[in-house]
Amino acid sequence: MAKITDGLTKQAEALLGWVDERLPVTEFWNAHLAKYYAPKNFNFWYYMGSLALLMLVIQIVSGILLAMHYKPSAEEAFASVEYIMRDVDWGWLIRYMHTTGSSFFFIVVYLHMFRSMLYGSHREPRELLWVLGMFLYLLLMAEAFLGYVLPWGQMSYWGAQVIINLFGAIPKIGEPLTQWIRGDYFISDATLNRFFALHVIAIPLALLMVVVLHLAALHQTGSLNPDGIEIKKTKGEDGIPLDGIPFHPYYTVKDIFGVAMFMILFAFILFFWPEAGGLFLEHDNFVPANPLVTPEHIKPVWYFTPFYAILKAVPDKLMGVLLMGASVLILFFLPWLDRSPVKSIRYKGGWYKLLLTIFTIAFVRLGMLGMAEGTPAQTWEMRIWTFAYFMFFVLLFFMSPGARTKDVPERVTH
Amino acid sequence: MSSDDVNMERRRFLVATTSTVGAVGVGIAAIPFLQSWMPSAKAKAVGAPVEVNVSKLEEGQLLKVQWRGQTIGVLRRTPEMISDLGKIDSVLADPESVESEQPEYAGGEPRSLRPEYLVVNMHCTHLGCVPQLVPQVGPQPFDDNWNGGFYCPCHKSKFDLSGRVYKGVPAPTNLTIPPYSFIDDRTVMIGVSPEGTV
Repeated sequence: MAKITDGLTKQAEALLGWVDERLPVTEFWNAHLAKYYAPKNFNFWYYMGSLALLMLVIQIVSGILLAMHYKPSAEEAFASVEYIMRDVDWGWLIRYMHTTGSSFFFIVVYLHMFRSMLYGSHREPRELLWVLGMFLYLLLMAEAFLGYVLPWGQMSYWGAQVIINLFGAIPKIGEPLTQWIRGDYFISDATLNRFFALHVIAIPLALLMVVVLHLAALHQTGSLNPDGIEIKKTKGEDGIPLDGIPFHPYYTVKDIFGVAMFMILFAFILFFWPEAGGLFLEHDNFVPANPLVTPEHIKPVWYFTPFYAILKAVPDKLMGVLLMGASVLILFFLPWLDRSPVKSIRYKGGWYKLLLTIFTIAFVRLGMLGMAEGTPAQTWEMRIWTFAYFMFFVLLFFMSPGARTKDVPERVTH
Repeated sequence: MSSDDVNMERRRFLVATTSTVGAVGVGIAAIPFLQSWMPSAKAKAVGAPVEVNVSKLEEGQLLKVQWRGQTIGVLRRTPEMISDLGKIDSVLADPESVESEQPEYAGGEPRSLRPEYLVVNMHCTHLGCVPQLVPQVGPQPFDDNWNGGFYCPCHKSKFDLSGRVYKGVPAPTNLTIPPYSFIDDRTVMIGVSPEGTV
C-alpha cells in the first residue's frame, strides 16, 4: 500500500509529524486517497469525473489570463478580444483554449451524466450526489452563457437578448425582472459589465464550492460501478471491501492515463479545428454586436441546442419557456423516477436499453434540430423528439418497478 | 447549572425570535445590493425622444432608428400594401389589436397615425429579435401564402405589414407601436404622442 511517508527520510518524516499535529495532512491523504477504496471494475466511463475537474482547472487558468487583457465595456470588448487574438503573445492559444475548452467541458459533463444513467449512479444512497451534480450543471450552463456574451459579437448580443427575454415570459414580474437583469432598458454596457463580474467571480466561486460538496457526497457513499453493486456490502476481515482497491495509486494512475489521452484529443482540436466549423464558436460572433440587425439565423452553442429545440417546438411563449425549463429540471428527479430494484443497465433488462437508446437519440436529434434553420418539417420532428424526451421519464417511472430484471451477482464482474 | 433549571420553552422562543429579527435584518440589508442592479440614473436619462426625417423614404422602404435602445422601424407602405391589409385577418391572432400594446391613436387595421407610414417597435414580442421585412407577396420558404410582412428568423414568428401577429407562432401579441407624432409632413418624433392624445 502506498503510504504518504514512502521514500521519505527520517527528517522529512519528523517534519510531517510536526505538520500532522497542526494540520491533518496524513489523515486527509488516507481518507481520500490511500485508504479510500473504490470498486476495482471501473471502465472508460469513470474517466469523466476527473476529466471534468481537469477542464475546470483549464478554464480557470486560461480565464484568469484572458481577464488580464479583456475589457468589459461595450465600446472596447470586441476589439479587446481581437487584440488578444492578434497582438498578445500566445493570446490566440489561451483564447481558443478557453472557448474550445468550454465545449470540451460540456462533452465531458454530458458523458459523466450519461454514465449515471447507464449504471444507476444516482440511485439510493447517492441522490444528493446527483442533485449536487445537477446544480453544478446549472451553474456551468449559467457560466457558459455569461461567458458567451463577453466577446460582444452579434451572437453574444442576440443570444443574450433571447435568453434574458425568456424571463420576460413570466406573468406580471417578467418585464421588471428582465430590466433588473439587464440593468438597462436594453442589452447594454451595464449588462456586459455585470455579466463579466458574474462570469469571473460569482459563478466560479459557487462552482468551486459545489464541487467540494459533490466530492464530499461522493466520498461519503463511495463510487458505484458498472455492475451497480455496493462493494461495502462484502468486506474482508480487515474491514476493507473485497472488491475495492485504494484510489491511490490505482486510480490516480488510471486517471493520469485518461488525462494524457484526453489532452491529445483536446490539443488536436485546439490546434487544427478550434472553432469546429462554427460549432464551438459561431461565425456570427466574429461580427461586432449590432443592436439594429438580428443575424439571419440565431442559435445557441451546441450544448444548449437540445433545450433550445424544445423551446422552438412549442408555438406559445410561456408554454415554450416552461417546457424548456421542465426539460432541465426533470433531470433533478431522476433518482426517484427510476424505481427499478436493479441499478445497472447490465441487469435491468431490455426495456431499459430500449428506453435509454431512444432517449439518447432524442437528445442528439433535438441538439441537431436546435441548430437547424427550422423548416415546418423540422418543427414537427422537434415536437416528436420533445415528446420522446419527456416520455422517457414517464415510462421509466411506470415501467421500472414491475419490469423483469436479470440476477445481480454478489460480487463485481470483470 | 443543572439542565433542570433550563426553561426550554423560553429558550426556543428566544432562539426563534432572535433568528427572525436576524433574518429580517439580513433581508433588509440585501435591498441595496439587489437595487444596485436596476437601471442607473444615467441609463434612465438616455430615454429622450428621437426625430426622424421620413421625406427621403421610397415607397416600400424601411428605415430603422434607435429609441431608448429599441430598434424602431418606419415603413412607408405602398397603396397596395395598405389595401391588402384586410385580406388575411383570418390567419391573424389579434387582427383588432385588442391584446396588443399601441397608443389609442394607432389602432385599427393600419395601426398608424397616417396609413402610409407604419412606425413600429421592431422587437419581436416573443424573445426580442428583430424580424426581417419580407414585403413580397407570394410563397416563401416559411409560408406558402405569404401576403407580405415581417418574419422573425429566431423563432419563426410572422407579422403582417401592420405588425399584426399570425396565429400559431410563438409571439403572443402584435408588434408594439411606440408613442409618436408628426411634427410636419417630413418629420416624425418618436417618443412623444400628438398633443391632446394618450
